[in-house]
Amino acid sequence: MAGLKENLLELIRRTSAEMPDDVHRVLTESLQAEEKRTTAEFALKTIHANIEIAARKSQPICQDTGSILFYVHVPVGGDQLVFEEAAREAVAEATKKGFLRQNSVDSLTGKNSGTNLGPGTPTFHFTQTRGATAVDVRLILKGGGCENVGAQYSLPDSRLGADRDLKGCRRVILDAVLQAQGKGCGPGVLGVCIGGDRATSYAFSKEQFLRPLDDRNPNPELDALEQEIVATSNQLGIGPMGFGGKTTLLGCKICAVNRLPASYFVSISYMCWAFRRRGVVLSADGGTIEKWLY
Amino acid sequence: MELKTPISEDVIRSLHVGDLVEITGVVHTGRDAVHKFLHDGGSLPVDMRGGVLYHCGPVMVKEDGQWVCKAAGPTTSTREEPYQAGVIQKLGLRAVIGKGGMGDKTLAGCKEFGCVYLHAVGGAAQVLAECIKKVRGVCMLEEFGSPEAVWELEVEKFPCVVTMDSHGGSLHKDVFASSKEKLAKLL
Repeated sequence: MAGLKENLLELIRRTSAEMPDDVHRVLTESLQAEEKRTTAEFALKTIHANIEIAARKSQPICQDTGSILFYVHVPVGGDQLVFEEAAREAVAEATKKGFLRQNSVDSLTGKNSGTNLGPGTPTFHFTQTRGATAVDVRLILKGGGCENVGAQYSLPDSRLGADRDLKGCRRVILDAVLQAQGKGCGPGVLGVCIGGDRATSYAFSKEQFLRPLDDRNPNPELDALEQEIVATSNQLGIGPMGFGGKTTLLGCKICAVNRLPASYFVSISYMCWAFRRRGVVLSADGGTIEKWLY
Repeated sequence: MELKTPISEDVIRSLHVGDLVEITGVVHTGRDAVHKFLHDGGSLPVDMRGGVLYHCGPVMVKEDGQWVCKAAGPTTSTREEPYQAGVIQKLGLRAVIGKGGMGDKTLAGCKEFGCVYLHAVGGAAQVLAECIKKVRGVCMLEEFGSPEAVWELEVEKFPCVVTMDSHGGSLHKDVFASSKEKLAKLL
């Protein structure tokens, strides 16, 4: 348990302070592509300097260390409650050390718990894996600015001319990009879910952020839509921070799950450029680090 | 261009959308709770006339009895849209720093009271924290909690872009209009 807590604390530190390589690479490409001596270039240069300082000083890339989302694959029989207890302790300690901001506020009284612990925070998504001998832990820290520009559409949407097909999905996804402008700290990444109910649709859209940015969707139709959304968005001229410029989106990841005959939701989660996602594989008791992910 | 606080109205009126500026002097943080508090008739024990309000909820840690700023990027400003123009007038602000831009009511307030909206790079909490040379004080810490408190910060060459000026210009309006037009052609 002590070893598990220490390992989760290190996972939180890395997630808060160190940018994943896949995202860093795409940000570097977008800096190279941007027009020189523009405010867009200024924004991207600042972003690059920021990534370097955060890693060097082991401090948060962004002060909004966001919602704390744990995605955990445990072997059958793994004790999820023990994991949760250790993770809560690690979160409280990471907050004390300044890897996480005090980010858990009582919705009725406005009182900040000061520890990041409270009803609904942090959140855990457990999956059991048959035959697994290790615990796979992935952590996403998702800031409030990008969370606030997420959007859910119910198709058909006559205002946007969006029917219940992939063309309709494309229309509403691009509307979400237009409405977000730079408010979600672009250039960002979209996680999209087609289908589900209102709650599961958003939940699956966020799980798309666990995919490496350079992977390809195994479904050819969704793969084509992902590529097309990025290409079209980058022709809109919204640019980094909404200053105008060439890069509006760094990526788009889409999944589809089944729906009710009566419902057709398209849920779009927006992840800011400060895409904080890390993972670690631990021994079954959580005490030993087997490898780091991403 | 370097802006030194307190800033005069003449200097503010000379700024236009797209200008890159660097602020040196004192800025105060203030976000959701403070705006609502001021709107509801509250007052703060600090004088911000000619000053700069920063939409920011920093990560602060006390080390050897001194507050140290660990991260301090801007937060989304649009949530303060209902209150901002009134707060600019009430506090006598010359600049508001944030991210994401603000709406028509704030734009009109900037024009009327001689203020600008400055966009810092969202997420760049470390670059901006390095510009904070000293945490001079804090108020409303107990009442609002650390991210929502009013922190008085001494800054040097804090970089921002003017995205809303005191002449009615707004980069956010322009980019929204042009991107909407482009999207209509691509649909």
